[in-house]
Amino acid sequence: MAETRRAPRTPLTYVLRLVVIAYLGLLVAWPVVLVAWNAFHVPDVGFTTEAFAGIFGDPQMMHAIQLTCMAAVVATLINLVFGVSISLLLVRTEFPGKRVLSALIDLPLSVSPIVVGLALVLVYGGRDGWFGPTLESAGIQVIFATPGIIMATAFVSLPLVIREVIPVLEEIGTEQEQAAASLGASSWQTFWRITLPGIKWAVIYGVVLTLARSLGEFGAVKVVSGNVLGQTRTATLAVEEKYLNFDQQGAYAVAFLLASVSVICILVVFVLRARGARVR
Amino acid sequence: MLWFSLLVLIPLVAVIITASSGGWSAFAHQLGNEQTASAIWLTIRAAIVVTLINVVVGTVIAWVLVRDKFWGKGLLEVIIDIPFALPTIVAGLVLLSLYGTSSPLGLHWANTSMSVYLALAFVTLPFVVRMVQPVLEELDADVEEAAASLGASRFTTFRRIILPSLAPAIAAGAALSFARGMGEYGSLVLLSGNLPFKSEVASVRILSAIENDNPEGAAAIAAMLLVVSLLVIVVLDLVQRRMVRRG
Repeated sequence: MAETRRAPRTPLTYVLRLVVIAYLGLLVAWPVVLVAWNAFHVPDVGFTTEAFAGIFGDPQMMHAIQLTCMAAVVATLINLVFGVSISLLLVRTEFPGKRVLSALIDLPLSVSPIVVGLALVLVYGGRDGWFGPTLESAGIQVIFATPGIIMATAFVSLPLVIREVIPVLEEIGTEQEQAAASLGASSWQTFWRITLPGIKWAVIYGVVLTLARSLGEFGAVKVVSGNVLGQTRTATLAVEEKYLNFDQQGAYAVAFLLASVSVICILVVFVLRARGARVR
Repeated sequence: MLWFSLLVLIPLVAVIITASSGGWSAFAHQLGNEQTASAIWLTIRAAIVVTLINVVVGTVIAWVLVRDKFWGKGLLEVIIDIPFALPTIVAGLVLLSLYGTSSPLGLHWANTSMSVYLALAFVTLPFVVRMVQPVLEELDADVEEAAASLGASRFTTFRRIILPSLAPAIAAGAALSFARGMGEYGSLVLLSGNLPFKSEVASVRILSAIENDNPEGAAAIAAMLLVVSLLVIVVLDLVQRRMVRRG
């Protein structure tokens, strides 16, 4: 922040402050705290970590968690490589259709996850998708299998890295890169030594956001995964399943795990941002 | 490029093609189904109402975060981002704990259409705030002081000076929040109960069409949602261009 300036405090200041705190408290803070409470607190028993023991003792649950982590990490890596290269492409080069492409990049943010799932099924579905049967005969099953889950996850979190990196790339400009090139650095060296350190923090924010989004994807994964117990059930699907089967304690426990990961991700970004602001 | 086409473009084109495979009348027939129409109508209504709420409350929140200073403001900053990072299914569970059958507030909104508004308000909370906040931070205090010194009341200053510069950011946030609201699914599964004609939204209709092996029906609704998302993208692009020209 450049300078702290403050309007004179009037009753309105306090009214607005109160409205904001009440709105956020009722809508977000209180419910989130309640879930944490419910995960540890069983009526008539008191505080217990039994639900967590149940999760970590259940091989199918562990499989779901592993699958979620694996899909999230792979999708994040894909989006990292793809995101950085497409950002470079969009910022550093001119080509016809660039404007359309840069607008389309944002599409995954505004498309319903269910539509994402449906779209993937229509193309890669084993029975009557466009490419599905061909891939299937080559021994690759996409839908109702892990590749489908990874694709759905990568789809919904696609723009996050790009949206963080593009503004920074635009800001740092090309002078240093040109200097490096004129001193005889190869384009690979220039990227590795000059460009990448410049966009490092943007990439890291992007990755953290992508990871958080990927771990929690539900709708798109639900359509493409088939939710097969012990095979393609992810942690978010397990939350729904447990809740619908009246295992509320278990559902709250898994939800608490997922929620803590996402809250940690936010805190990481928050701290990094604060640091970045200070450095600048 | 190839990866982007394989992952995003071709699948989305497939949705449009499947939706239009039966011609215009089949498309209209799918959407004209009474239950589907009611679900779509509810979704549109809820998305509009929630977007309006976000425009007002989101701007107020951004205002308080930028201009006010009090203990615990950092905490509010973190809270704003929670709905974005929280898995949607967990968001549903979270809301259910306060507004469900065992609500400590005595509000039993689960399984009613109120739950749809509630869930959408939760998941779309950050959009307007996060768009408006940076613009508000950059805003020059000189103009406001000039307006005030020329005798403008605080309300006039806000309406004539501040609001016009915030408008593009508010519009962009509103567009994103509307799009997100139209397509929301995860947080509604547990919360709304998906009762036909009452609390069933468009995404849920798509899923049940897929499960009933009716890809044409699913694609028809999906195509409609897709058009909405595309419109939003166009609006965003235009708004951003305007912001860049001004800045």
